[in-house]
Amino acid sequence: MADSPSWDLLADLQLLLRFHFMQNALVVGTLVAVLAGAVGYFVVLRGQSFAAHMLSQVGFPGAAAAVLLHLPPVIGLAAFCTAAALGVGVIGRRIDAGNRMESAVVGSILAFSLGLGLLFFRLYAGSAQAVYAFLFGTILGISDRDVAATAVTAVVCLIALAAIARPLVFASVDPDVAEARGVPVRAISMAFLLLAALAVAVTVQIVGTLLIFALLVAPGACALQLTARPARGLALTVALSLLFTWTGLAVAYFTIYPVGFFITTIAFAAYVLIRIARAISRGNGASHRDAQAA
Amino acid sequence: MRHWVAEPEASEHVRPVIEEAVGLESAGVSLGGRFIWRDVDLTVTTGEFVAILGPNGAGKSTLLKALLGVVPLAEGSARIFGKPVRRGNDEVGYLPQRRRFDPDLRIRAVDLVRLGLDGARYGVPLPSWLAGSRAKSEQVDSVIHLVGAGAYAHRPIGELSGGEQQRVLIAQALVTGARMLALDEPLDSLDLSNQQSISSLVRDICQHQGVTVLLVAHDVNPILPFIDRVVYAANGRVVSGRPEDVIRTETLSRLYGAPVEVLRTSDGRVVVVGQHEPVTYHAHPHDI
Repeated sequence: MADSPSWDLLADLQLLLRFHFMQNALVVGTLVAVLAGAVGYFVVLRGQSFAAHMLSQVGFPGAAAAVLLHLPPVIGLAAFCTAAALGVGVIGRRIDAGNRMESAVVGSILAFSLGLGLLFFRLYAGSAQAVYAFLFGTILGISDRDVAATAVTAVVCLIALAAIARPLVFASVDPDVAEARGVPVRAISMAFLLLAALAVAVTVQIVGTLLIFALLVAPGACALQLTARPARGLALTVALSLLFTWTGLAVAYFTIYPVGFFITTIAFAAYVLIRIARAISRGNGASHRDAQAA
Repeated sequence: MRHWVAEPEASEHVRPVIEEAVGLESAGVSLGGRFIWRDVDLTVTTGEFVAILGPNGAGKSTLLKALLGVVPLAEGSARIFGKPVRRGNDEVGYLPQRRRFDPDLRIRAVDLVRLGLDGARYGVPLPSWLAGSRAKSEQVDSVIHLVGAGAYAHRPIGELSGGEQQRVLIAQALVTGARMLALDEPLDSLDLSNQQSISSLVRDICQHQGVTVLLVAHDVNPILPFIDRVVYAANGRVVSGRPEDVIRTETLSRLYGAPVEVLRTSDGRVVVVGQHEPVTYHAHPHDI
């Protein structure tokens, strides 16, 4: 890219939107940021970051197997993501046992899927290019069909998530009382995992494992540090997810370095800064209280 | 099915009937093919403060869960205020047995209380100015005020102390307008002063709001002055009795299968002392 940014933001924006591939990247980036952000708030609230890691990687052997069988990769992705989500949902989370069992199940499934991925990749005798594209995405090479698929998935998943949002929060923070109040806790948890699996299966082939995983965890982790109000936390997660994605895309456009690097770096920097700021303010608060007590 | 039972000595008084809060008939619960308890007949009257005692694993928590409709009965029937038990009954509030909320759980106490009111409902939760849900917010505020949790209701639940968390959870249990509280070891893991203040709070709710209380207790001493009835679970049975009949050295020792002493202090208070009970200090003979 020969263009360089100026301090004229409008001109920069015109530069950014000049090419069709960049328009598609921004549209899909926006859709994925909203979807992954909304799902990600619940991922972090529920303490399921490791399950999100599994979901974003487990589709890889599925895509490879589908290609071997001359099927569209998305079928393999959806099959593997759904199977993994069912595995975690059925075996992993008992109301009483908490998260320990789930993390062991997630780790086992993840290791197995990576092993399968290695096998299929060998059988496929494929190019490293295909693996590279899957892991790190091709957000600057998105077709109009990909845009439509992402839009439909985002709308379906967001409607489903909105419908179960309140019982899902209840089941996540207070499962025993939620069950007594009539929430089908296990079914809701299962529904959430399946919804996340669908969201990942469709978007991962477009933007890549790295970006999906980053957007499923980092914005939610930041937002939950900043607010303990559910509605505000969800809105802030989506806003941060959009901010990270747009900034990453814009910066990458004017450099030779990859988009995924910038988005993950911006997200990580934001998280570190928030943690430091909170540690400092908490320290100040404590010394203030000490001073008052003295 | 009769919803009302006559109080024996009430026939010549103006109050003819007292409502039944809990009615179990020939009830039994089995988990994993084994009966936890069976042949249980139990009646609790509205407004009573009932202590549920018994050794670990005797099915005290299971009794509460059966009354909440969370654990199904294998036999017999169970009624709450005359209606068959069911999950999601607004007339019953539940405080489950737990140690503490995760310190990292980022949700405010007031949100947790609100979830008790409408957390089981599907659909998009709209902001209050859009949904016209001011009445619900007022309901939440009034129970938070009732339990005295106003000062910390807007802080994340995980940052609150054990006593503060229990007050919030009692508010959550009451928020639907519950007429009965099912409290599973609410005094566990609290220090002595918090045990006293939480049990006084529950007594006030029972006496002033007319709320029936079923309280599972590990240590009966903090609630001993308030209880109207004792339900005890042991050896696959659940039986109820008057406190003065049950809180006796021989009855409790038989019930727990271990030596338990019931002592009377000089000012007439009753204290239950178990051997090697961690919360009770007693000097060993060779220490004296």
